[in-house]
Amino acid sequence: MIQVENLTKYYGPRAAIRNLSFSIDRGQVIGFLGLNGAGKTTTLKILGCVLLPTSGKVRIGGFDVERDPHEIRRRIGFLPDTPPLYDEMRVGDYLAFVAQLRGVARKNTRAFVLDAEEKTALREVDSEPIAALSHGFRQRVGVAQALVHKPELLILDEPTSGLDPAQIVEMRALIRELRGAHTVLVSSHILSEISQTCDRLLVIQSGELVAQATEAELAQRFGGGGAVEVELRGAGASAQAAMEKVEGVGTVRIVREEGGVALLRLEGAAELRPQIVRALVAAGLDVLRIDKGEERLESIFLKLTHGKEAA
Amino acid sequence: MNAILLIARRELASYLRTMSGYVIIAAVLAVDGLLFNAFALGGPGKRSAEVLSLFFYFSSGTTLIASIFISMRLLAEERQSGTLALLYSSPVRDVEIVAGKFLSGLAFLALLTALTFYMPLLIGVHGKISFGQVFAGYLGLLLLGSAALAIGTLGSALARTQVLAAIGSACLLVSLLVTWLVARVTEQPLSDIFSALALHGEHFAPFQSGVIHLRDIVYYLAVTYVALFAATRVIEARRWR
Repeated sequence: MIQVENLTKYYGPRAAIRNLSFSIDRGQVIGFLGLNGAGKTTTLKILGCVLLPTSGKVRIGGFDVERDPHEIRRRIGFLPDTPPLYDEMRVGDYLAFVAQLRGVARKNTRAFVLDAEEKTALREVDSEPIAALSHGFRQRVGVAQALVHKPELLILDEPTSGLDPAQIVEMRALIRELRGAHTVLVSSHILSEISQTCDRLLVIQSGELVAQATEAELAQRFGGGGAVEVELRGAGASAQAAMEKVEGVGTVRIVREEGGVALLRLEGAAELRPQIVRALVAAGLDVLRIDKGEERLESIFLKLTHGKEAA
Repeated sequence: MNAILLIARRELASYLRTMSGYVIIAAVLAVDGLLFNAFALGGPGKRSAEVLSLFFYFSSGTTLIASIFISMRLLAEERQSGTLALLYSSPVRDVEIVAGKFLSGLAFLALLTALTFYMPLLIGVHGKISFGQVFAGYLGLLLLGSAALAIGTLGSALARTQVLAAIGSACLLVSLLVTWLVARVTEQPLSDIFSALALHGEHFAPFQSGVIHLRDIVYYLAVTYVALFAATRVIEARRWR
């Protein structure tokens, strides 16, 4: 659906993105991750045919952004970082305007608008002026305008920004529902907000792509084989000593110890769990729980982005 | 074409749905009415044709000022509020964006100008008015307004905010207005060129007294075209930076 090759964009002398290359298949939900100022918005604006690239090739649905931007614009829905809303219009009228602007026939407009309002839970505010809406509703109207004409590709720039936790959950559910019917590219600077929603993550830092993989692949690659968490009854220190004797185990950390129950954590070595349990039992400790602790996504994200800064 | 009308219709509705549209109409009608009452009707006795000519003279001034206020928001506001990205990412050509915006301004100005029609009618109550002169005068007002609106659209495309747009457009308009003064202090053939370039003097006066010259129509249409062309180029260039 999307092929990006060596995409570069300069603002004056400053490069916002450099030699970005990636491709996205039809029907996928892709998370585009980066800290603020990493080049996410610039990339999405180029994909949304709002900005033109300085160099590089971008093809969407087989069309080139420089040669056939019109063909692409017919097939995409774009939510910029600030929802492009006309405050004085009513929600329904606004969506109808956008639908017709993007080529929906006049007689079908109302049906398309109702459908978009259904998907984004906006039916109740159909005849409200946009200026009177709360932030969460405005953001949803922004998403509704992007999908009202049923585009093949949806580009959503930070759709969860400024939403409260309940609204973030709703927005995630909405994006999940869109999977399949649309290809979705959604950006965020907060990993946990989009990680569960996306098939694949693209991580961008200082205008360059630093990783592209599924969440699990990232966890494996940067978590060093996963962590192990053990909860047991007994002294934490003796458990620590027993575990460190097992071959292949590195440093063991006592996370907490209270009421005779200790929680310990060691990085890597998830495959050594059987040996660890045996060693603990041999040391006379009762194992209450042993888990393959997931590498925290945020820490992977920070590793990726900080690694780049150090380089 | 469809996109032009869509954009124009939405923009026109927004003039009529917000206060600013009515404020512009009220202010312009009030000023125009005052000028008409004080200077066109007042003073020593005049013939109806002179009063009518003065009415068009004053109306041309209010039309120029109205054009700046009508056009300042056209593109600058879209840029300020981020809605330009909506138009940019839709299958609409840049020239269609500019044309739609300009047409909405022109329609609004036409509405505003139509509302001044009571003044010529008032002259007709006690005097005699020639409908030919009325027609020529209003045609002149619309052509002058169209040129001023196009210049305002260019200002609005260039500026980051509405206030800057209004200031920029006013500067452009005033520069075009005062070329007739420049013409008076320069020698031939420069003076001819400057006086032919002037937005008001030589080109508007015939309309005022009921005379329609093709060259004046062509002049106003040419100014409109050039300004809109430049505005389109500015909008296109925005995609590069």
